[in-house]
Amino acid sequence: MPQPSPLIEMRGICKRFGAVDANRNVDLAVAPGEILGLLGENGAGKTTLMNILFGAYAPDAGEILVEGRPLRIARSGDALAAGIGMVHQHFHLAARLSVLENLLVGLPGKGGRLDRPGGLARLAEIGARYGLRLEPDRPVSALSIGEQQRLEILKALFRGARLLILDEPTAVLAPGEVEGLFEALRAMAAQGLGIVFISHKLNEVRALTHRCVVLRHGRVVGQVDDPAATSSAEMAQLMCGREIVPPLRPPAAPGGPVLELAGVATSAHAGMRLRDVSISVRAGEIVGVAGVSGNGQRALADVVSGMLTPDAGTLTIAGTRIQRFSPRAVQAQGLGRIPEDRMTTGLVAGLPLADSMVLPRIGTPAFSRAGLLDRAAILAFVEEQIAAFDIRCPGPMARAGSLSGGNLQKALLARELAFNPRVLIAAQPTRGLDIGAARFVHDKLLELRAKGCGLLVIGEDLEELLILCDRIAVIYEGRIAGVLEAAEATIARLGLLMSGAGGHA
Amino acid sequence: MTSILEQVLQVGFLAAIFRIATPLALATLGEMFSERAGVLNLGIEGIMLLGAMAGFTAASLTGSLWLGLLAALLAGALMGALHALLTVALGLSQHVSGIGMTLFSSGLAYFLYRLIFGQQTVPPNIKGFSTVPIPGLSEIPILGPAVFNQFALVYIAILAVPISAFLIYRTPWGLSLRMVGENPRAADSAGVSVIATRFQAVILGAALMGLAGAFLSMAQFNAFTFGVVSGRGWVAIALVVFGRWDPWRSAGAALLFACVDALQLRLQSTGLGHIPYQAFLILPFLLTIIAMALMSRDAVAPAALLEPFRKEER
Amino acid sequence: MLRLEARSSTPAWFNLALPLGAVAATLISCSGLIALARANPLAAYGVMLSSSLGDLYGLTETLTRAAPMIFTGLAVAVAFRAKFWNIGAEGQLMAGAVASCAVGAIPMPGAVAMPAMAVAGAAAGAAVALVPALLRVRLKVDDVVTSLLLNSIVAYALTALIEGPWKDPMGGYPISPPIEETAYFPILIAGTRLHLGVLAALVAAPAIWFLISRTTLGFAIRVTGENAGAARYGGIRVERVLLAAAILSGGLAGLAGVGEVGGVRYQVMSDLSPGFGYSGIVIAMLARLNPLGVVPAAIFLAAVMTGAEAMSRATGVPVFLGDVIQGMALLSMLVALLFTGYRIRRTASP
Repeated sequence: MPQPSPLIEMRGICKRFGAVDANRNVDLAVAPGEILGLLGENGAGKTTLMNILFGAYAPDAGEILVEGRPLRIARSGDALAAGIGMVHQHFHLAARLSVLENLLVGLPGKGGRLDRPGGLARLAEIGARYGLRLEPDRPVSALSIGEQQRLEILKALFRGARLLILDEPTAVLAPGEVEGLFEALRAMAAQGLGIVFISHKLNEVRALTHRCVVLRHGRVVGQVDDPAATSSAEMAQLMCGREIVPPLRPPAAPGGPVLELAGVATSAHAGMRLRDVSISVRAGEIVGVAGVSGNGQRALADVVSGMLTPDAGTLTIAGTRIQRFSPRAVQAQGLGRIPEDRMTTGLVAGLPLADSMVLPRIGTPAFSRAGLLDRAAILAFVEEQIAAFDIRCPGPMARAGSLSGGNLQKALLARELAFNPRVLIAAQPTRGLDIGAARFVHDKLLELRAKGCGLLVIGEDLEELLILCDRIAVIYEGRIAGVLEAAEATIARLGLLMSGAGGHA
Repeated sequence: MTSILEQVLQVGFLAAIFRIATPLALATLGEMFSERAGVLNLGIEGIMLLGAMAGFTAASLTGSLWLGLLAALLAGALMGALHALLTVALGLSQHVSGIGMTLFSSGLAYFLYRLIFGQQTVPPNIKGFSTVPIPGLSEIPILGPAVFNQFALVYIAILAVPISAFLIYRTPWGLSLRMVGENPRAADSAGVSVIATRFQAVILGAALMGLAGAFLSMAQFNAFTFGVVSGRGWVAIALVVFGRWDPWRSAGAALLFACVDALQLRLQSTGLGHIPYQAFLILPFLLTIIAMALMSRDAVAPAALLEPFRKEER
Repeated sequence: MLRLEARSSTPAWFNLALPLGAVAATLISCSGLIALARANPLAAYGVMLSSSLGDLYGLTETLTRAAPMIFTGLAVAVAFRAKFWNIGAEGQLMAGAVASCAVGAIPMPGAVAMPAMAVAGAAAGAAVALVPALLRVRLKVDDVVTSLLLNSIVAYALTALIEGPWKDPMGGYPISPPIEETAYFPILIAGTRLHLGVLAALVAAPAIWFLISRTTLGFAIRVTGENAGAARYGGIRVERVLLAAAILSGGLAGLAGVGEVGGVRYQVMSDLSPGFGYSGIVIAMLARLNPLGVVPAAIFLAAVMTGAEAMSRATGVPVFLGDVIQGMALLSMLVALLFTGYRIRRTASP
């Protein structure tokens, strides 16, 4: 079959944010009428790449060609003019404005006024062509999520987009709405539109796309030419990689349970509710929780950390049931916590490192007496930890925000480990860290395990979980989809559970 | 009770309402434009004062009232540009910049006034605007003389309301303005320049504030005194919230407040005895606080109010 | 072309350099206005300096004027540290003045009256500050607008009181009855107006500094203001901290009013405060929210205000230069603070 010339081509795209390479030498091409899947885990660089195409970011290197001609896309206006439209994950809509107003923004009017008749005519035309319809005067706040997404698509078509980029569009849709979206997309492709479908959901990619490009750590690691005929397992393999570091984990000798969640259910938290979660962690073992982000990990971490009170179920730490949920309550029972987000919840960037390191226990006799800070004790503690964990910083009074990611993570570890926790919960413990720093964290966690501490590690990096964990649970849509012992856990099996394809979905 | 009714139905009373409402409405519209684009301008009190001074001074020196108005508009616009520079271009705290603008503008106003006119026992005054009756309409009983025999600025203010509404709701610029205030990222991805739009809104708003001040010194009091603004700027901030950031509602709120103000002035002379007139002055502030507490403010205020917009934030 | 680039750390000398730089920029730019008035800027600033700080009388006048501004500066500094935007120090000051004047009018020995006035004034100020704080904590209402509106409400209420039920029959214009003479704050230096309240202010600054930097409450306030999310994760009850900061802040502003009533005016009138509450914002920003820095910042502004009158008489420059300097200082400091977070870099044009 002769290949039609590409609608859009990206060549050698590189993009760096600070110390992180978001895109490394990426090549991509989309033909008219083609639905291209862009596959990869969170942080693989998919959204960054598309944001470059849409003009939100400028690439550090590489070029973009539209219908064979190189084009500089400095702002979204350029992309729109070139016929590129984007449906963002977090909709770019004004809730209080109407459908038509959201469509007309940025367009010149007619005779100084908004071109309402022209807008209505265009809307009708698109409705006839692609089957996508919405009432023009309804406020966006009155639309369902699925309808809002339809509006996002309409926005692109309204401007005459010939390439449509959709960023994880099904994340917000109910299962019934997904098929409707797919039909619309197929209709658009049939009309000659090119479509880029960013996703991590293998089933959907297999059902919808003609071709698939896989990104990992910012690089293109493979292409799948016939997704429908490729197994999910194969695609999961490409996505998650097979770089195995030999685990240095001695066999487990677990003691009694130190952390128990039984039947925990919560209301919606960070987009997902927990529905019936039961996990048990024993002393001297590491239990992992794997899953694609957005499936309830935040709620789970917050319940265990004492930040979120569940609607149902119990949390028991070292035999004591937690009655009143608060960080201090769980801490008092010997629970140590490593937050998921170093900079937003873990540390206080603008204050000295010392402040962040004593923050969770500032009211305890270790650091204060009768409301007065024991500065000598605080300083001694921080200096001790800096030495013990080899935290590279100018000193205890350096601004926390000036430390590198790796050193910040060490500080977060130090502040918990110094108090010999009986159980530790860590979320994404090595996110954004380089290999050396990650290895340090792994060693420390395994050390804790050897000392008899029970650990619960929530993460998305399957390789990491395989190194660390004695058992791995998979969370999917607020439930535990399955628990695998280390011996039987493989990337392929985990990937299947994570995307809802295997087990009970 | 009948005496109050008598008061209310007097033509003079109705005329006073429109006179009192004019500077409020203009200032409120100005603040509304700014906030609709996402920028809070707490410099309003100072900018009104500077506008009052600039207008009065220019009129006094040149003999032309309309040049005075122009001076007031320019003074306001200049201050607006400064506020926009600090808050939009540099992304500094809108609260602190606004307070700084008020302190700076009012200080500047008093300074320049004293410099130009010196210290005089009898404050200078000008022959300010006189009322301009509209032929025909001013003959309508009661309403005619009240509404259609007013200062030119009152007519301007009355016209400003539908014009503002048209501008905001029916023009592309107005739509960009609203989008920038609701979701600047969405506006940016639609090709609208958030920075430029915010600058325009703040400058336009501040120019209206200057005009509001000019009314006070050039039509209402015909002089520039220290108490010429006396808190009307803060009232405008409250009225924007009360008017739910809508030109018609804001103007209505201004009229309501003017009613209450005119009433308490009248009642002072008739002596309603035990209720101090300050109670009426406090009422709009109190009502605004209550209104803010009741309506989940997030649901009504421009969603991006107070957020500086920075590109390429990851 | 110039670009703002994020900075990794702030050198220590910045703490002094920034406010000094802002003050310098202010004085330089305002010298343009002095020149407009056909006077010599150096001569004008010279008179300002010598009259406000050059002799004993000037110095005591400046300190007396600085005292309420030290309190409001502290009030704003504490509030802003917790990111509680207290623009209502003016109203809290007036509430404190009213309460302390009412208490001070009750006959009792001075040694009892003064602390009683202080407690009453602080409590009144704290109560007023709690309104925007509670509205924010319970109902998520914006604290800037509510604290601002309260200023007007308190001002009108005060005028209503002194024009009506609380009017001094002896006074010609609306003014409250005076406090008992036994409650007058003692004058520290004979022949001047330097009263005990000034000393209280000078003691309050290090006391508040101690609170903010050496106690667990101060720690909680600082962390909450910097990163409420991390504070919450760390177990701090953020809502309680905000309310505590409001009480502290309002109380300090109230004490400013107490000082003016007990040490300077001895009764309440509607122009009791020439904007001390707003000056507090300028002072707090110049001090970079450091309680110790509030003292020199307040003395600077007080010197400008006091010296402006003498300067005006000597050079003919309008006295309002002082107000312009105040506003300009705030704006300059705001711009100067940009340099703590960012540095300016020259880059090649894109």
